[in-house]
Amino acid sequence: MSRDEAPPVVELAGVDKRFGDGPPILEKVSFAARRGDFLSLIGPSGCGKSTILKLISGLIPVTAGRIVVDGTAPSGAADRLAFVFQEPTLLPWLNVSRNVEVPLRLQGAEAARRAEIVGKSLALVGLADRRDYYPRQLSGGQKMRVSLARALSVEPTILLLDEPFGALDEISRNHLNEELLAIRQQLSWTAFFVTHSVAEAVFLSNRILIMSANPGRLHDELEVGLPYPRTEETRESHAYQRLVGEVSRILRSVEELKP
Amino acid sequence: MSATGPGLLRALRLLLPAATGAGMILAWYAVHLAMSPEQRFLLPAPHAVARAFVDDGPALWGAALNTGAGALLGFGSAVALSFVLALILSLSPLVRASFYPYLMILQMTPIIVMAPILILWVGPGLRSVTIITFLICFFPMVVNTTQGLISTDRNLVDLFRMCRAARWQEIFLLRVPAALPYFFTGLRIAGTLAPIGAIVGDFYAGNSAGGQGGLGFLAIIYSSRFQMGALFATAAVSCLLGFVFVAGVIALNWLALHKWHDSFSHAEH
Repeated sequence: MSRDEAPPVVELAGVDKRFGDGPPILEKVSFAARRGDFLSLIGPSGCGKSTILKLISGLIPVTAGRIVVDGTAPSGAADRLAFVFQEPTLLPWLNVSRNVEVPLRLQGAEAARRAEIVGKSLALVGLADRRDYYPRQLSGGQKMRVSLARALSVEPTILLLDEPFGALDEISRNHLNEELLAIRQQLSWTAFFVTHSVAEAVFLSNRILIMSANPGRLHDELEVGLPYPRTEETRESHAYQRLVGEVSRILRSVEELKP
Repeated sequence: MSATGPGLLRALRLLLPAATGAGMILAWYAVHLAMSPEQRFLLPAPHAVARAFVDDGPALWGAALNTGAGALLGFGSAVALSFVLALILSLSPLVRASFYPYLMILQMTPIIVMAPILILWVGPGLRSVTIITFLICFFPMVVNTTQGLISTDRNLVDLFRMCRAARWQEIFLLRVPAALPYFFTGLRIAGTLAPIGAIVGDFYAGNSAGGQGGLGFLAIIYSSRFQMGALFATAAVSCLLGFVFVAGVIALNWLALHKWHDSFSHAEH
């Protein structure tokens, strides 16, 4: 982190989180993301990965410590953030284009601007021809694309993705991973990506944070030096395979830490 | 399938119900004729019921309109007021806890006991019939709509909050449409109860004074005169009124949900 002169886009300093009187979910979590980072969070269930995303989004407050997003508190940066949930989380009574424009509508954007952005976002995820469909008429992968288009509609500088492709089959997941990187190539946000899949984390990110559970702590950090753009060939490369092996090994050692 | 073919299947689908109906009418005649002549009046023959429709037609349809009006007014006001109360109840568990016990009182008190009280308060006629129908329809509407309003997908609520949605936006753009399937469950229950409620209400609180009663009132008159054919015709008209209400609710449900709700998805895609 020291080699970067620019201030970090997102910084967590000594963050603790617990819900009510419950056990600590996160303990002394500190890390910083540089502009353009694609940062994956990986670790055993219950290590608080998703909680970190919710804290950054400002949806829930920290118990102790400090989070700075784009120079302000998370709540002040809401218009620069977008969240992609584990499920598509679409409004089933709205068609695809109406779903994509939900955040813009809530912000009170006018119709012409909404139409323009919706068109652009749907083109990015390759669903321009599905704009009048209802969610129930789409496949799981298509629904997730709509969800992604909705997140992109607010033109975020920070994208928070909470295990977005976890429910998809491996082929759709690989496809969407490649598409996500292709879109990033054009829009360059900083991404925080929660996943259970080591392969996915290595393929997407330039940095991987490995967490341990009970309470959630930062266990290790790994730089992924594979050059972008990454393609199917990246998956076949020796360097990629070696990194997947390394992350898996660290993850296993984390699992063994369990009480 | 291959042996019968789709054409034959379709023909059977039309023919079999018709055959069942014809069989039931025949059985009805058989029972009627098997009874001793002095008992036969207890089960009038189908054609005698048909006669009653002609002879007592004006009285029957007039009564059906009166009962229908009471049912519709009671049902409509129950839907409107239950929606407002459900919105209030959905605000917090504390509000719900402070209202539900009293709603239960409303639901647990039998209409038979309520009716005499209502008649003394507002007098017999359309007004008490409307209130009795309202009382029957209100509870299932409130319970279902409230349940719908508080069952919104947690992630969708989070999405709205992350987008800094105003409270009214969260309620009317998210919670209310998400509650529609629950609302219609309540509506279907209330829709079947409304005509029954209006007839029961009319039975106790129909306008006996002006002779402008509904189906419940008509049933009292016919039974006191042993007009069995007309009594059966009254039952048939009551049944028809129930069907009209249910059909109305099903049509509304279709209009509101068929485009998007899973309950209407079929092999289309």
